[in-house]
Amino acid sequence: MVKPMRNYLTRKNVTIGIFAILYVLIALWNNSSFYDLLRWTLFSTIPLAMVAMAGLYSERSGVVNIALEGIMMFGAFVGILSLNNLQGSGMDGQFVLFLVVIIGGIAGLLFSLLHSYASITMKSNQVISGTALNLLALALAIFVGRALSTSGTEEITFTDRFRIDGIPLLKDIPVLGDILFTKFYLISLLGLVIFGIAAIVAYKTRFGLRLRACGENPHAADAAGINVYKTRYFAVSISGLLAGMGGVILIIPSSTSFKASVYGYGFLALAVLISGQWKPARVLVFSFLFGFLMNLSNGISMVQNAFNNLRANEGFMQSFYEGMYAFFRHLPRDIISMLPFLVTLLLLGLTSKNSQGPKAAGEPYDQGKR
Amino acid sequence: MMKFLKLESSEKIISTFISILAGMLFGLIIMLIVNPSMAFGGFSAILLAGVSDGMYGFGEVLFNAAPLILTGLAIAFAFKTGLFNIGASGQLMIGAFMAVWIGVTWTWVPAPIHWIVAILGGIFGGMVWVLIPALLKAYRNVHEVVSTIMMNYIAMYASKMLIEATIYDSVRQESNSVLNGARIPTFFLDRIFDNPRLNGGILIAILTGAIIYIVLEKTTFGFQLKAVGFNRDAAKYAGINDKKNIVYSLLISGGIAGLAGAVIYLVPGTGMRLETTYVINGYGFQGIAVALLGMSNPIGTIFSGLFLGYIEASNQELQSWDFKREIIDIITASIIYFSAFTLYFQKYARKIISKIGKKDGETNA
Repeated sequence: MVKPMRNYLTRKNVTIGIFAILYVLIALWNNSSFYDLLRWTLFSTIPLAMVAMAGLYSERSGVVNIALEGIMMFGAFVGILSLNNLQGSGMDGQFVLFLVVIIGGIAGLLFSLLHSYASITMKSNQVISGTALNLLALALAIFVGRALSTSGTEEITFTDRFRIDGIPLLKDIPVLGDILFTKFYLISLLGLVIFGIAAIVAYKTRFGLRLRACGENPHAADAAGINVYKTRYFAVSISGLLAGMGGVILIIPSSTSFKASVYGYGFLALAVLISGQWKPARVLVFSFLFGFLMNLSNGISMVQNAFNNLRANEGFMQSFYEGMYAFFRHLPRDIISMLPFLVTLLLLGLTSKNSQGPKAAGEPYDQGKR
Repeated sequence: MMKFLKLESSEKIISTFISILAGMLFGLIIMLIVNPSMAFGGFSAILLAGVSDGMYGFGEVLFNAAPLILTGLAIAFAFKTGLFNIGASGQLMIGAFMAVWIGVTWTWVPAPIHWIVAILGGIFGGMVWVLIPALLKAYRNVHEVVSTIMMNYIAMYASKMLIEATIYDSVRQESNSVLNGARIPTFFLDRIFDNPRLNGGILIAILTGAIIYIVLEKTTFGFQLKAVGFNRDAAKYAGINDKKNIVYSLLISGGIAGLAGAVIYLVPGTGMRLETTYVINGYGFQGIAVALLGMSNPIGTIFSGLFLGYIEASNQELQSWDFKREIIDIITASIIYFSAFTLYFQKYARKIISKIGKKDGETNA
């Protein structure tokens, strides 16, 4: 008997198919400026995915974490500040880099304890606590930054000597080698690995199962012998660690200074988390989409160049490339900058109706109510 | 005495004072760490700046308080109806643009009512900006926190584009100055307080607070809004149109935020001009602090707005003690953080009250 067509259209096959098509398209557009754009995209995709994963840990355990932006900000602030101080000390460059990422992560973890304390121990409104921590992190970064700097601005600078030109064998892999292993930062790869480990821990281990149980039905979890308070503390701390590291991993590749801003990535990560339905694989896909859109405004000249080069090729696509070139040349920069946020709204509007978020997220757990 | 203490609101007020004290203390600790020799001087500046300059200083407090009260009211109103309008900043920016745009370009409006038209424009702008999140919330179940944050960022770019396209002064890289008739009249407040900056904004803020109080507490419409916020399903079961009410309450909240934008920029004298920078206006976030501190009560919000306006007035004084104004933000943020502990503090306050009660003896009980 022949199986009907739709039996092959499982979600897995469709995903594989989309990736295969993307791979072919990118290979066809074998073009250095396009690779540059994709590389920049990864510089924001990876921190975005990490911070969204941070949100996943917290919310899956039942604590709404709107403080991601603030935790990221605090992690990046402490991390870059220590980088600024360590760079003169003569330590090996890459070692300093890893050290700074860890410092940023620990700073984020400590800052997130404030959120855990308020929302788990004190059973207070998690959105209020999160909002307060966002404001606090911003004010602290500006105030302390200005108090420490000689120039009186909140800007903390560092010299970027961390970029690696290419790993010998890996960079020769077509397409992937050009994007991942050429002109890259080791910490970006580290971030990708951490994301993978975090996803596995959340979904394939006993701890992950317990954590998710606390977010779905804490009373049942408690009855099964899980300490809900402890698990939630643990989850929010992991969330703080990931978000703090994400802050450092965002700033170092994309800039040479920290100006008390993480460009709204913490809020964007929340949107990624919700559009990705609190699931790691989808979170990664949406992070890539948002990372791409966030960099369109920076990379618009790259896109222009790409189309400018392409339109020289004769062929049936030529007029399409001509049109795209003209379109991108006249598009106002501010409109492009708006795109990630507009797309977020659109996606949320399309996907939110059947939202599958953790059921107990946002409710403080009170053992007495059992 | 006991009657007053037994009220639940007095528990809330006591717990608010505890969180204010805790936040202040935290600010003092930060100041001591950063600059120990100047810390106490700077701290007393924060405490006393509002009263040290006599009537002028008090006028300054009122001037600072007007936009704070209004943004606080916008967020408090949404809170009361179960919604968290974190996008007041964006609504405020678009409202401010609409108000200034009308104030600059609508020269055909007669001077005495020009400011009223500009203010109405501001309200309209705020409403337009909250319409999409409101519809998404009501009909697509999109959480308003995320959607209004997105609208904040869109507003940041949109207001810059709109200003540059319409009312741009390319020399100063700011918007043009509004016409005299479009500025909110001073209603003699400037002479009473001997402060030329003080205009009718504070009167508008207090009036708005009073209207919101009446709407929420004394009308069926307000009751319906609160019912939907309290339990959407139960309200629906009771025959209240939940979707329509969500849209209404966000529209009102956004309108008040837009009004705040108009009040900030339609001031006398050389006036404020809209800047074209990539910065989200901070008033919306301070408004959250005001609303939380005022326990989402319109009357409480007026007082908490005055309180933050009072702290804010120490801005100049702080500079002379070598502190940056962000210390005020740190204090505000930690006050909100501690105000999240209200439940715990209330329990604490109840204990204190019951102790006083025991001392008073059983005669009052």
